[in-house]
Amino acid sequence: MELTLSILLGFMIIGALFALHAKDLLSAVIAAGIVGYSLVICFLLLKAPDLAIVQIVVETITLIIMVAVVLDSTREELNVKIDTQQIINMSLAFIFMLVLIFFFIQAIETLNPFGEHSLRMASAYVGETAAKTGSANLVTGVLFDFRGYDTLGEATILFTAAIGVLTILRIKGKK
Amino acid sequence: MSLIVKKVAQLITGFIFLYGLYIIVHGHLTPGGGFAGGAIIAGAYILQILAFGKAPLLLVKKETGSSISESLAILLFLMMAVAGFFIGTKVFFNNFLPVGKIGELVSAGAIPIYNILIGIEVAAALLTIFLALIIYKEEIEE
Repeated sequence: MELTLSILLGFMIIGALFALHAKDLLSAVIAAGIVGYSLVICFLLLKAPDLAIVQIVVETITLIIMVAVVLDSTREELNVKIDTQQIINMSLAFIFMLVLIFFFIQAIETLNPFGEHSLRMASAYVGETAAKTGSANLVTGVLFDFRGYDTLGEATILFTAAIGVLTILRIKGKK
Repeated sequence: MSLIVKKVAQLITGFIFLYGLYIIVHGHLTPGGGFAGGAIIAGAYILQILAFGKAPLLLVKKETGSSISESLAILLFLMMAVAGFFIGTKVFFNNFLPVGKIGELVSAGAIPIYNILIGIEVAAALLTIFLALIIYKEEIEE
């Protein structure tokens, strides 16, 4: 399974890189879709069907909206010249990348091997969710009972996003 | 869109909507839940809009008078979204309804109700964003 995941992750990286460098914006959007749909297969392989369903639907809707936007505006990418400001930005990004890799290497030594995570918190959830909440789907039981605040926060974020879109896109005020 | 697209959309939208309802209602039994089902229901609406335009949902802007119905539609979606989490908040912490037998459709106390409300909220929010893109684009073109 690790081999399949590695191939998929490499595929996703290639798709993301192509999306960055494509001349045609429509093909860049389609290449960005590779990342999302590969993520669906990753979720299925890691036995998370709840997330996979959400991801595949949201990815499709996002792609539709992005394709509509690209077809509506322009398919040409803007030419960006490299000046000193950009060189500073790129070197800063490179330094941050090195720092992150350094701390990642420090942190990864204390982690458990892949697939053998410790179940300190999760064992309580896995063992008692069904009995305490009566929900056969443990994910829903945790989301809507033990982690009710998380779900409230997600709903609030979505609601705020809808209001933000309405506010920003409104050119002409209502009379 | 062409006749083929319209006919296929007609045939398939009901099934997609029904599947979204199934995912929401069975959220406490099978994989899925409010978020997934709501997104699927929004997808059904978006398919309908893509195939037929805005006319079947009565969102066409003819004169200034019809902008009221358009605003009302968005407002209704938003009010549904607000109600979705307002009703949920009041009873968020304890599962106050009887738990029932694990594995039955009516079980797990208040969790199915949360699922349905979150489903309405997600579907309404996604559809609102999509409609905003369409409607305000028309305003720009005028």
